[in-house]
Amino acid sequence: MSEPSFALQHQFDTPAQQREADVLGMWTFLVTEILFFGGVLAGYTVYRSLYPAAFQAGSHAMNLTIGTVNTAVLILSSLTMALAVHASQTGRRRTLVALLGATMLFGLMFLGFKAIEWSAEIREHHLPGPHFAFGGPDPVHSQLFFSFYFAMTGLHALHMVIGLGLMTWLLVTARRGRYGPEYHAPVVIGGLYWHFVDIVWIFLYPLLYLIGARR
Amino acid sequence: MKTKTTESHADGIHVVPRKVYFAIAAALMVLLVLTYAVAQVDLGPFNIVAAMAIAFTKAILVVLFFMEVRWSSRLTWLIAGAGLLWLILLIGGTLDDFMTRSHILPGM
Repeated sequence: MSEPSFALQHQFDTPAQQREADVLGMWTFLVTEILFFGGVLAGYTVYRSLYPAAFQAGSHAMNLTIGTVNTAVLILSSLTMALAVHASQTGRRRTLVALLGATMLFGLMFLGFKAIEWSAEIREHHLPGPHFAFGGPDPVHSQLFFSFYFAMTGLHALHMVIGLGLMTWLLVTARRGRYGPEYHAPVVIGGLYWHFVDIVWIFLYPLLYLIGARR
Repeated sequence: MKTKTTESHADGIHVVPRKVYFAIAAALMVLLVLTYAVAQVDLGPFNIVAAMAIAFTKAILVVLFFMEVRWSSRLTWLIAGAGLLWLILLIGGTLDDFMTRSHILPGM
């Protein structure tokens, strides 16, 4: 514990100033991420407005149960992440390790459900490409919907994998007792990333699973 | 910067009480059930309006409370707000083009 893990870098006057810079830097990165996903969202919006019937037919072929359960799983993972930040700020190391572990478990659960969903869709020939097959009013443009679906959920899953990598690193360093009331910036910043990935899913869920009335 | 909902700490860090996180998670779950339920009812063009309104509400709860922007500096507010503004410009500007093409080039 006496090993000074908290270090005020020379370019900062106070710990508070350093913390603000940490958070601000992460938010700047997250803004670039908003625009990264924004490009796909803009493309999706244009094509959905051009081919509403094809997109609705594609959406109704989604596994709504898995999509909804996964949304709840990510909300729970965001809760454990937020509680992990609290545990790091109050210097409760064992709780912090347990909460980071729980966050990873929910993240893995999400990816597991996603894998089940993808493999079922691939078996049903919903993966765009030479083997694509789909009924409905406009199968050609439903393929476009599935292209967006796989691209958006794929990019989101990639972010989840990166998030799990960050969580692994936080877990290992937290076990060594690196974080406490004086120094916990990596937990806060890792949390910001995790919550951002949750927000992306908050938008993907209605856009992909809830087009038009389901019944 | 500090408000009544934060416990102040030794050297100026504010720790958000855990009950705030539990309350926000509960609210997010209620909104999830709500968006699921609304999707079962045919509201015509208002299904997407309702779904996106709920999604924005959920996102704002996450940003303000889980990401703690509510208690962050003005500069953080500015950066986060810029992200939203540019997203609106990106999607709005693109749609503004696509939605009006048929007025200029009939047949598109």
